[in-house]
Amino acid sequence: MLAVTETPLAAPAPVGDGNLVLDLLTGLRPESVPLWAVMATSALIAVGLAVALISLIAMFSTWMERKVAGHIQCRYGPMHVGWHGWLQPIADGVKLLLKEDIIPKGADKVLFVLSPAIVLASLLGAMAALALSPNFFFADIDLGVFFILAMTSTTTIGVVMAGWASNSKWSLYGSMREAAQVIAYEVPLGISLMVPLIVAGTFNLREASAAQGGWYGMHWFVFQNPFMLPAFLLFFTAVLAETKRAPFDLPESESELVSGFLTEYSGIRWSFFFMEEYAAMFLYSAVGAFFFFGGFESPFTWAVAQMAPHTIDLGETIGTLKLLGEGSLLHNLVAVATIVVKAFAGVFLMMWVRWSLPRIRIDQVMTLGYKYLTPLSMVCVLGAALFELAWIRFFGGAS
Amino acid sequence: MAQTAPDSKQGASPSMSLDEARVLPSGEREFMLDVRTQDMELNMGPQHPATHGVMRILLRVDGEIVTGAQPHLGYLHRCAEKIGENVEWLQYLPYTDRYDYLSSMNNNLGYSMAVEALMTGLEIPRRAQMLRIICAELNRIGSHLIAYGTYGLDIGAFTPFFYAFREREWMMALFEKICGARLTYSYIRIGGVFNDAPPGWLGEVERFCDVFEQKWVEYYDLLMENHIFVKRTADVGVISREMALDFGLTGPMLRGSGVDWDLRRDMPYSLYGEIWKDGAFKIPVARGEKGSLGDCWDRTWVRVMEMMESIKIVRWCLAHIEPGPIIGDVPKVLRVPTGEAYVGIENPRGELGHYVVSDGGKVAIRVRVRGPSFVNVAVTEALMTGTLLSDAVAIVGSTDVVIGETDR
Repeated sequence: MLAVTETPLAAPAPVGDGNLVLDLLTGLRPESVPLWAVMATSALIAVGLAVALISLIAMFSTWMERKVAGHIQCRYGPMHVGWHGWLQPIADGVKLLLKEDIIPKGADKVLFVLSPAIVLASLLGAMAALALSPNFFFADIDLGVFFILAMTSTTTIGVVMAGWASNSKWSLYGSMREAAQVIAYEVPLGISLMVPLIVAGTFNLREASAAQGGWYGMHWFVFQNPFMLPAFLLFFTAVLAETKRAPFDLPESESELVSGFLTEYSGIRWSFFFMEEYAAMFLYSAVGAFFFFGGFESPFTWAVAQMAPHTIDLGETIGTLKLLGEGSLLHNLVAVATIVVKAFAGVFLMMWVRWSLPRIRIDQVMTLGYKYLTPLSMVCVLGAALFELAWIRFFGGAS
Repeated sequence: MAQTAPDSKQGASPSMSLDEARVLPSGEREFMLDVRTQDMELNMGPQHPATHGVMRILLRVDGEIVTGAQPHLGYLHRCAEKIGENVEWLQYLPYTDRYDYLSSMNNNLGYSMAVEALMTGLEIPRRAQMLRIICAELNRIGSHLIAYGTYGLDIGAFTPFFYAFREREWMMALFEKICGARLTYSYIRIGGVFNDAPPGWLGEVERFCDVFEQKWVEYYDLLMENHIFVKRTADVGVISREMALDFGLTGPMLRGSGVDWDLRRDMPYSLYGEIWKDGAFKIPVARGEKGSLGDCWDRTWVRVMEMMESIKIVRWCLAHIEPGPIIGDVPKVLRVPTGEAYVGIENPRGELGHYVVSDGGKVAIRVRVRGPSFVNVAVTEALMTGTLLSDAVAIVGSTDVVIGETDR
């Protein structure tokens, strides 16, 4: 659902304030169309956009993963389908779609079919809370990051279901490991995110981003508090475990569990799991960018926001469109580019880690999660809170 | 509820990170279980990425803990030894390529030398000896590169595998130039080698050595010193010195347990005695640097270090090689004098022994092969019990088993 918090819905809202799509549609609305229909339409558009976005991200990420892996391993990666193989994801997608749909004989059919859907759907739901620019977002949820964490951890249920339904011992191993791993790493993930939340004072992604706009767009949370960088490292480690990426890829671990919970899956169902994996990587990286590395804010975004406002008139129904200046079209576009670049930087980091490190053992995963990451993240929260308190005490105002 | 599991005879790795503190004085290991669990039988293989071929290991598992393991062999059995009794002496040579297909040159060498031992009066020209050693040592490098790369894969690191294949590819190109084949060479013949090195080949081998010495540092840094790799392999699958001797392990498996034994030095064959006396190479013996002596890390370390020693041997040969004949006086139809001979050589995986019996005819009475992989793989059963599933994979990988040889 699209939602607008600040703009009153009754009157046609000024363009560029609140949600772009909803504003645009509300402006275009003839009198005969009820407001709920406009909201439903914009919601549908948002769903379509989210699905398209996930697919695009997944496709680009698979290509990127192959290229990154290739270049790390002294080879080129895909080179034949399109320029430097950029059409490879499409070729793969077509191949996967055309593959025979196999459901193993002993499998629990319903769960087997349902689990990829649950995995993907929960991630689509999480995507709703992701703001793409200050004025372009699907749902402006006050508990945005909380919602994202909650929805993404729902994918675990799908994975466990997949492992159980496949009726294969390897799959069962994979899903058991996934469950154990996610339970162990949800805790440090959430706690390490508390550090920027303390500084930001909000769960909302847009507000968190807006709080980092100072210092010519470089007043990022990671520079605001000495406990932020260790918190980010903890967050990043926990994200690797959450997204089942190496060195925490135990649920899949090819060399041990054949393919873990994916062993019995093929074709488009299999690709659903991978779409989820890559979209989750992007989503977590984006969350990391929002709460540690400035969100939309960068010197470029700052520069565009400082430009003299320039508007053009698009007629009475739509109103005016801001081209330059704060909250303008260019500002939004730069903000989208900023967050996408930052998120893919995180994705690249994950890929780099994956192709460099061996896999750790299940007991080491558990030890790392419970004995080190969780207490350390708690220390970070305590330290950050004390630092903020001291700052307010001695300098007044938040750091 | 406490349940005690009997420690495996000798095999449980002392690290057993599960319950370090709970090793009872009796040597039993105790672990707590909330609910009574049931052992599950798990077929690892014959089609499994960690078994390096078609080995099947029947595991009994309790959750992630392996409570019993039994390797089953024979999925790649091709009756190689029996074939030896049915084809002529020289015709059997290509079959030797196929037991340890990663070190075919060494297999050729072992068989040829066993037959040569029966043929009194046959002199192997010095240049042929040199070429044999160059090829055998290059092949040892290639074999160890595979061992190193696939062990990385077993542990979950993909990149070392590709790094290893980069140099192995060059090595295979060198072999292709000298004998036309990339995997099954049949290059070393009874009495010498079948083809002289093409012009410029020796220079290219020298360049390979130069480049490899630089790349070797990459291999070492990339995997051997990697913290996660050390965590995964140190103290895992510990083979004590006594256990290694009891199981009859040879090669890197034996030296990985701290036993200083290498046939190239201790029972020298071909020119190795001369090379050793010249001080051209050393025998790397594990010292238990990262954990207990004889763990998976030590075995891998021995292999990685041996690559450099092989380079030194190749360099010695390159410095001393002179033009000359490449094959001794061997008749076209080979009739081997009556007798029996056993010749063991140091294969990349350990002692490859050939026992041949001849009645003076064109065909052998008996060809018996002592394959190092076959002997070495026996230890996995004892090592795996009581470890985690991931450790089981690490242990199989550290034995560097080639199924073509265990099954022959």
